[in-house]
Amino acid sequence: MRVARFTRTLLTTAILPLGAALLGACAKTGTPSATGGAVEILNVSYDPTRELYEAYDSLFAGHWKAKTGQTVTVHQSHGGSSKQARAVIDGLEADVATLGLAYDIDAIAAAGLTDTAWATKFPNHSTPYTSTIVFLVRAGNPKGIHDWPDLVRPGITVITPNPKTSGGARWAYLAAWGNALGRNRGDSAAARAFITQLYAHVPTLDPGARGATTTFVERGIGDVLLAWENEALLATHKLGPDKFAIVIPSTSIRAEPPVAVVDRIVDRRGTRAVAEEYLRYLYSPEAQEVAARNYYRPTDSAVAAQYAAQFPHVALFTIDSVFHGWHAAQTTHFADGGIFDQIYQPKAAPQPAVVAGTSP
Amino acid sequence: MSRRRVRPTDDPAVVRWVLTALALGVFGVLVGLPVAVVVAGALRHGVEAYLRAITDPLTVDALQLTLLVVAVAVPVNIVFGVAAAWALAKFDFPGRAALITLIDLPFAVSPVISGLVFVLLFGGRSLIGPWLIAHGWHIVFAPAGIILATVFVTFPFVARELLPALEAAGRTNEEAALVCGATGWQTFWRVTLPNARGALLAGVALATARAAGEFGAVSVVSGHIRGRTNTLPLHIEILYNEYDFSGALAVATLLVALALVTLAIRWAVDAHAARDAA
Repeated sequence: MRVARFTRTLLTTAILPLGAALLGACAKTGTPSATGGAVEILNVSYDPTRELYEAYDSLFAGHWKAKTGQTVTVHQSHGGSSKQARAVIDGLEADVATLGLAYDIDAIAAAGLTDTAWATKFPNHSTPYTSTIVFLVRAGNPKGIHDWPDLVRPGITVITPNPKTSGGARWAYLAAWGNALGRNRGDSAAARAFITQLYAHVPTLDPGARGATTTFVERGIGDVLLAWENEALLATHKLGPDKFAIVIPSTSIRAEPPVAVVDRIVDRRGTRAVAEEYLRYLYSPEAQEVAARNYYRPTDSAVAAQYAAQFPHVALFTIDSVFHGWHAAQTTHFADGGIFDQIYQPKAAPQPAVVAGTSP
Repeated sequence: MSRRRVRPTDDPAVVRWVLTALALGVFGVLVGLPVAVVVAGALRHGVEAYLRAITDPLTVDALQLTLLVVAVAVPVNIVFGVAAAWALAKFDFPGRAALITLIDLPFAVSPVISGLVFVLLFGGRSLIGPWLIAHGWHIVFAPAGIILATVFVTFPFVARELLPALEAAGRTNEEAALVCGATGWQTFWRVTLPNARGALLAGVALATARAAGEFGAVSVVSGHIRGRTNTLPLHIEILYNEYDFSGALAVATLLVALALVTLAIRWAVDAHAARDAA
């Protein structure tokens, strides 16, 4: 019976590769870490650093080869900062974490994966480069947006991601809060009123910085995007300086995206030496130049001076000076039931907002 | 009283044309236009840029992983799907109705939840996860987890397509075969499966397409490590987020091509079998 033979052939040809493929899948998962002349490490990073680390990884590979003769392959994973921290806690084998804010590395440390004193391991609180929050507006600035108070004028639509999920959005929220405090002699009731007004001008909350940029840039929604400075510079350079303009507000926050070695994982994989050098070398003049070319503010003063034209002077306050560090800021503003939950009302917005986990 | 014979095909020409135009129009808007946009966008910067995008090492890695996932998930689903549909269609047993409902479970839950279940089951904070990881068995944030999640979300396709066909065929053929002295295996290979060939192929084609294109569940268990745990759909999202819109669409054409190859193989196998049977 030919049909039977045909069906049998179909099934056996389909099933035969199964064993082989399963073996292949298992072999592929057991990636060796430090064997002979080659080593692999995984850098788990946040959303906007894709271009930065693509450039830095090849620079570092050359440096490590010259130093040790070993070939290093750095794998990259990118996503929202808090989501990435969550993945590391759930078992993503990050040798190093380079995230958007200290609180997310604190979460990894709280899960017992790295030393809680991670911020003391490298210079500048383990922050090799910094950034700040600026405004991205449509070309020619048609709505005349120049500083924070302009954002709450009638008819202005503001795009910013969800502070519950996005590191960049939290920096933007804190920048707005700090500016309002400064304008009102430290009156936190006035700051709260300003933030409430500001988020009434936000029609939709994207979960991450890249999503918000795409909403503003590609979908053409909104008059102003509150963005990482590096993200705003990248968007204008990549997508045409004739389409967008960057507005520098009078004051903003010094955004510090920190780095840390994930102790538990490097000790198990035997990659501590290369992982530590990977982060230490970020402070070298060559690496600082890579950071500056990718629109991050270098911490090396010589490189900073060289690229001064690219980064306009902004009066910057810090998370420690205004908010007493990330733990206090997180508890007061972003935790469930915190100030953000109290002031943000999706119904007041002109269109339904996409918000995850902002129930009152 | 009209003497005209009335057949369905004797509907007025207007009705036939309107219905045909409607069907083609809906197809054009929902399928044709998006595919055209994808192809046009992919070629926006010329053929050379297109070729560079689809031969990029990270794209090739993503394609390999996607093919590996399909190569494992689809055969696994054939085995389990055939076994489940056969048992459900040919036998009455306690819990049969519950099993039918359970097979549909992956359709009922959101793919994101399907992925999250595996993270909670095998992740670093689960009961067995730390032991597995300490012994070098990486499941979540590794290809094995992606395959598991894909098998889970594609599980109903083969069983669901086969079940009605086997039920429609009834049990009389098998009973006749057994009376004639056929063994169980002979009955299965020569009677049961040939009756359900078309449905099996349809299920395999659907499972293949879903396995190659699955995003939600895979996104949760992947960890997004470029070159290691990135499938084609995840790679498309990454390129899109890096402002490489034409690159994203170029990689999307690979998925379209994969779907077309699946359809072509199904069509060829069907035609071949029909010729054999004749």
